[in-house]
Amino acid sequence: MVAVVKSNRVRRAHRRRNVLIGGSVLLVVVLLALADWDTIQRNFFQEDIAREMFPEVITIAAKNTIIYTAAAFSFGLVLALVLALMKRSTIAPYRWFATAYIELFRALPALITILLVAFAVPLAFDVRIPGGTLGKGTLGLGIVAAAYMAETIRAGIEAVPRGQMEAARSLGMPKGTAMRYIILPQAFRIIIPPLTNELVLLIKDTSLLFIIGTTPVSKELTKFARDFMTSTQNATPLMVVAALYVIITLPLTFLVRQLEKKVGQGR
Amino acid sequence: MMNEPPPIQFEDLHKSFGELEVLRGIDLSVATGEVICIIGPSGSGKSTLLRCVNLLEVPTSGRVLIEGIDITDPNCDVDEVREKIGMVFQQFNLFPHLTVLANLTIAQEKVLGRSSDEAVSVAEAMLTRVGLADKRDEYPIRLSGGQQQRVAIARSLCMNPDMMLFDEPTSALDPELIGEVLDVMRSLADEGMTMLVVTHEMGFAKQVADRVLFIDEGVIQEDGPPREVLENPKNKRTQQFLRAVEH
Repeated sequence: MVAVVKSNRVRRAHRRRNVLIGGSVLLVVVLLALADWDTIQRNFFQEDIAREMFPEVITIAAKNTIIYTAAAFSFGLVLALVLALMKRSTIAPYRWFATAYIELFRALPALITILLVAFAVPLAFDVRIPGGTLGKGTLGLGIVAAAYMAETIRAGIEAVPRGQMEAARSLGMPKGTAMRYIILPQAFRIIIPPLTNELVLLIKDTSLLFIIGTTPVSKELTKFARDFMTSTQNATPLMVVAALYVIITLPLTFLVRQLEKKVGQGR
Repeated sequence: MMNEPPPIQFEDLHKSFGELEVLRGIDLSVATGEVICIIGPSGSGKSTLLRCVNLLEVPTSGRVLIEGIDITDPNCDVDEVREKIGMVFQQFNLFPHLTVLANLTIAQEKVLGRSSDEAVSVAEAMLTRVGLADKRDEYPIRLSGGQQQRVAIARSLCMNPDMMLFDEPTSALDPELIGEVLDVMRSLADEGMTMLVVTHEMGFAKQVADRVLFIDEGVIQEDGPPREVLENPKNKRTQQFLRAVEH
């Protein structure tokens, strides 16, 4: 009796799933049949337009995206480390400064910060930020990224067991030495995944640098595509750089997974 | 010869955590080469007392003198004093991101300024001493608890300490691994190392200690040779504690 009831229920569940799968397949087929393929291809996948973008889309745009990302990430990481250590300092004003910095730059849209760094501050104080788009972009994006990464690094430091610092100090290591050789190497191992996340976000945030007004040689992927779109009145350039963003991001994720495996030996 | 100052001396030591007074006036003098076991119920303040010796806990009042130097003096360079005091923890606290060898060399290089070659040769000698020379390239996670604790002892010995502190060194170990750690400690005691050991190993205390302290409620309740304190305790609390432990 029980077995019969159960098998009925299982049969019903099977039927429901088959209906769902069948319905979905039907929907996709109908959509594909109804789609205007000529229009789609004409507007999104025109081969000659795509071909026209090369090689500059690689040699200039993709290269610049990678350079801006690497520079902003490196600068942001160093700044974030300083902020994280300040936030854990025994000196109260250091803590206040770090907290204020982190809260402020997490609250502001990245675009506002970039505008402040690139235009407002130089105008107000009559300073020139060297390095053109790279200099301003690194500063602007790095300042924003540091605010997020500082909290990540602090969490990483706090995730290292207390006994590690105690063991290091009882061997006579001063606090700074212990931090550098014992605590931070372990903290960074812990935070590789969230830092990767930040790096991937940063790749895409470099598209905000269009606002600085890039010259032909300093364009990154998005600006490059937009300019091409304007001149061709076609969406194909967007498709090309979309593919390039994916191509840049995927190996990175893979690389970091390898790195994680390699440094995971200790723990 | 002048009278050497005692390696460790406490003068009216008090320690509070907020409202809770954990140590309420400890006076103690440890002689060179003396092995002292500290016993007592959990929460009695025995670990706190040990951690005051190298200032992992800062006393609320009173003085701690290490070889005559007042380390509670704000002008004292505590790092320099800590080099002379080896410490072994209940949870081993090996550095998990470093190999066994690097665990032993890093403080030699960064604190004592020894060359890499010298540090390695000292480290190898100490590893041989604790019977783990073949584990030099392993990461700590791959070792048993007993092996990890022996590496931790070797790590301390690399700094040529004048004295060693042991904070329940065998409490986190499986029973069959306790012996190998106690053996290393016993050989250290035989060589004349000054040792302060917080432990629940009454057998070890009986055989190895020169003195046993029974601490309860933040004061030293009983202080004497092991035979007196462990077999013939005068204090009521000591009697109760030992009766409970024997079960």
